[in-house]
Amino acid sequence: MMVQHNISAKKEGIETQTIVLEIKDLYKSFGDNHVLNGFNMKLHQGENLVIMGKSGSGKSVMIKCLVGLMEADRGSISVMQNDITTLNQEALDILRADIGFLFQGSALYDSMTVRENLEFPLRRHTKKFDGAIDTETLIVEALENVGLVDAIDLMPSELSGGMKRRIALARTLILRPKIILYDEPTSGLDPITAKEIIILMQDIQKKYNTSSLIITHDVDCARVISDRMILLIDGVDYAVGTFKELSALKDPKVRAFFKQ
Amino acid sequence: MFGINKIKPRIDDFLVEIGALSYFSGRFFREVFKRPFEFKELLRQCFNMGNRSLLLVGITGFIIGLVLTLQTRPTLQEFGAVSWMPSMVGISIVREIGPMITALVCAGRIGSGIGAELGSMRVTEQIDAMEVSGTNPFKYLVVTRVLAITLMLPLLVVVGDAVALYGSYLVEHLKGDVSFNLYFNQVFDSLEFGDIIPATVKSFFFGFAIGIVGCFKGYYCNKGTEGVGKAANSAVVFTSLLLFVIDFIAVFVADIFYEL
Repeated sequence: MMVQHNISAKKEGIETQTIVLEIKDLYKSFGDNHVLNGFNMKLHQGENLVIMGKSGSGKSVMIKCLVGLMEADRGSISVMQNDITTLNQEALDILRADIGFLFQGSALYDSMTVRENLEFPLRRHTKKFDGAIDTETLIVEALENVGLVDAIDLMPSELSGGMKRRIALARTLILRPKIILYDEPTSGLDPITAKEIIILMQDIQKKYNTSSLIITHDVDCARVISDRMILLIDGVDYAVGTFKELSALKDPKVRAFFKQ
Repeated sequence: MFGINKIKPRIDDFLVEIGALSYFSGRFFREVFKRPFEFKELLRQCFNMGNRSLLLVGITGFIIGLVLTLQTRPTLQEFGAVSWMPSMVGISIVREIGPMITALVCAGRIGSGIGAELGSMRVTEQIDAMEVSGTNPFKYLVVTRVLAITLMLPLLVVVGDAVALYGSYLVEHLKGDVSFNLYFNQVFDSLEFGDIIPATVKSFFFGFAIGIVGCFKGYYCNKGTEGVGKAANSAVVFTSLLLFVIDFIAVFVADIFYEL
């Protein structure tokens, strides 16, 4: 029998904040492989919510359903009071300007320079800046945030893994999103660079008051950055609470995560 | 029975693939007239595909012209019909060999390139990143590439034909002391609009086939880097087969018009 632990988040004020993202009863299968079996979550304004799960537990599937890259079989996904499962393409594209997505492998466009990579999202979202858009200023500002202004004319192939991740973060930031989704932000990076990325994520959250949903299986990353955590086990939100609360649980499935 | 059972899944897969390709082509025609138009990317692709294939098409055409003339000359000499050489080479190159060889060369160079590029973009989540940024990746990546090769291939065929005829002239000049003017006057005297128009129309279809198959294979590429190789490879194989089918249909239809 499945046991679900729901421990209320203790961070001051979080429970009373506006919900910017909510998933209710999400189901997704690939043939006989039932990846999500009624997953639920809420992300509050200004919160850093970490979702942890084993490889193949459906974390990336869930986050892709969230931005409409995959279609869920059942359930509702509400992003800033918009049910994305019912939005048409145009409305979804407008909403996506408020959602930043940092991909696991950075996903920089290989054939474009760093400048062109950052310019790319601006092409379709000029309305967000009331038409008065100074591309160069936005690009430089985004690169300053990640400390890589000098890389502006480099190609992605000339960047290290950590630099690519930073540039990808700058590209995510350029549209000034209200919510940032991080898919394994520290995977494939050495511990020092991973720590730098985590610090960068914290700085960005403070500077822009964004809400962050972080998918990871890196316990250190979760410990440092999370206000609240959800353990995704067997396709459901198996345990919810702060890092401290969850790490104190005796449930063997939960313990398995913190033994690392 | 055993043999049929073994072949049946392959036939099923092939038919499913044909269905998916037809749907993909249908989507191309729906998207091509929709705003926003990606003119800048279209021009970039035209340059990439047209300009960068010129040398290869030119060299191939030149060798085909040389070889065709060298191989045919002894037989024509035997019948005392060497004077027919420019007409024979002209008609065979313009009607059939030029478009077909150019298309096959482009299927190898451009079709596989598109398959590998889009496949790589798919597995590294660049296509997802494009979609999340509010850009329609189908329009930006597929429509521009298919249009570019559809427009560029007829031009490449013209270049290929011209160089092949020049190669043929060189052999005739060296072996039979035929002047440039005499050779090309004979070539153009023998050509009619009925030779040029079907070949040109056919080239547009060849270009479309190269573009759409390459994009289809790359766009739906999966299974990581192995999938990228497969996408590139199957793009060439499938396109080459399709080119012969289109050629047969084009000749068949042109023949009907000749008879009318």
